[in-house]
Amino acid sequence: MTTLQESSPSWSMAVSRRALTRLLPFLVIAALWQLASLFFPPFLFPSLVDVFKRCFEILITWSEFSDVLATVGRILAGLAGAFTIGAALAVVMVRSRSVNEFLSPILTLFQGIPALSWVVFAIIWFHGIEPRIFFIMVMTTLPAFTFQVQGALQAMSRDLVEMVMSFRPTRARLFRVMIIPAIMPDILTAWKVNLGNASRVVVVAELVGATGGVGYELLQQQQVFDMAGALAWTLQLVFFVLIAQRVLTLIENVAFRYRAVSERTL
Amino acid sequence: MTAAVPVIRLQDVSKTFAKVGVASYVAVDRLDLQVAEGQMLALLGKTGCGKSTIFNMIAGLTEPTSGVVTVNGRNPFREFDWFRGHMAIVFQSDRLLPWRTAVQNVELGLEMLDVAAEKRKATAMAWLDKLGLRGHEHDYPHALSGGMRQRVSIARAFATDAKILLCDEPFSALDEMTGRTLRAEFVRLVKENGKTAVFITHSINEALEIGDRVVVLRRPANIALDVALLPETTPEEKESIRHRIQGVLAA
Repeated sequence: MTTLQESSPSWSMAVSRRALTRLLPFLVIAALWQLASLFFPPFLFPSLVDVFKRCFEILITWSEFSDVLATVGRILAGLAGAFTIGAALAVVMVRSRSVNEFLSPILTLFQGIPALSWVVFAIIWFHGIEPRIFFIMVMTTLPAFTFQVQGALQAMSRDLVEMVMSFRPTRARLFRVMIIPAIMPDILTAWKVNLGNASRVVVVAELVGATGGVGYELLQQQQVFDMAGALAWTLQLVFFVLIAQRVLTLIENVAFRYRAVSERTL
Repeated sequence: MTAAVPVIRLQDVSKTFAKVGVASYVAVDRLDLQVAEGQMLALLGKTGCGKSTIFNMIAGLTEPTSGVVTVNGRNPFREFDWFRGHMAIVFQSDRLLPWRTAVQNVELGLEMLDVAAEKRKATAMAWLDKLGLRGHEHDYPHALSGGMRQRVSIARAFATDAKILLCDEPFSALDEMTGRTLRAEFVRLVKENGKTAVFITHSINEALEIGDRVVVLRRPANIALDVALLPETTPEEKESIRHRIQGVLAA
């Protein structure tokens, strides 16, 4: 149902203004790029029309689109692997102080190793392309997942845990009714953060150690100085991240509808 | 005072908390206490006198340093799981799970007892109805007032039909009027359902209103005064008991 307020001109103006404010930075960049394309050769600044044509070609050509899907699959597999291992490590670290004291410095050390170093290690240690990329993805996102889940477990309300414990739950029930719902907001935030990181790392991994995927295709574009192609392939990954972030936000909106929203927000 | 059939029994119980760098702190000192079946014991004492420590030991959430705590003849700490469905707790704050609606919060204890979903929901709805929350069953805690939330937590405790009820100052955070109304409802429900209850409070009025026995604690927790409040206790006698309690607390 449309309320009187929603149908009023001032309301629609406010919505338009907000939409314009959000779009403005992108429009400015696009305009500047298009302007530059008039003065520079296409291998430096191709026309945006050419870029979007290439984007569309990738989407409708199965041999190219399958490369996009391969990259998406690698990102999701790597994140799922890192999350599973990280969550298990976090649970053990929260339960045992000595395990925490042992693992924390190791994970911190891993965090300091650049993604490109992991790529080199993976090429030396592994033969197959997929194990290499999976290893790189896991090693670069594992510390963040572990620390984020550990933080969420430690931040659980002691009062609520005690209340649930007073009903003497089994361990599985305690997880289902208390621990998982309590840490879920932090887990989704961790996925959002790591999704962005993983999409950057996967390109590096594919660029150096793969024969397919967005990273590999970017390398091909670089070799023929095809800037429109490079941009088009980059945009595929950007679209994926935007779609995935949107899906996570939708999950948040549904799963966390219990949260009180203050009229006076931060 | 020795009860006829003690359901809860604390024998020579002490609890000491060790603190790093300072002397250890004695919260409960050689306490002997028995609570009979069907009795409503009000445990009264100043803040920090060890009431909550006693509460946690009876609930099985902490173990005594020395002495023996038994509930129904069993050790509530070591036989923790046995008490599933035998004991329910109403805490000082409502402690509702924010991601669950009112009815889902009331269902929590029943879930632990593997009650079928339909029966669980019917029981939870009936308890919310009894506590005047019809129409709010599907509200999340943030949408309920403090009094309503505490009603939900009382419904959650009663829904499991546990025979032993432990209450840790459940009405202390409420305003006077809401607190009084809820207290009256609470006493009625306890009596109607034949519960044995231990009610912790720091308010003399609340202890006299609720308990059919009042135990006043000194610090560290040990019995300073133990008085029975019978149905035939006259207002004058209650007033005299109040003065005695005030005297003990002042000392």
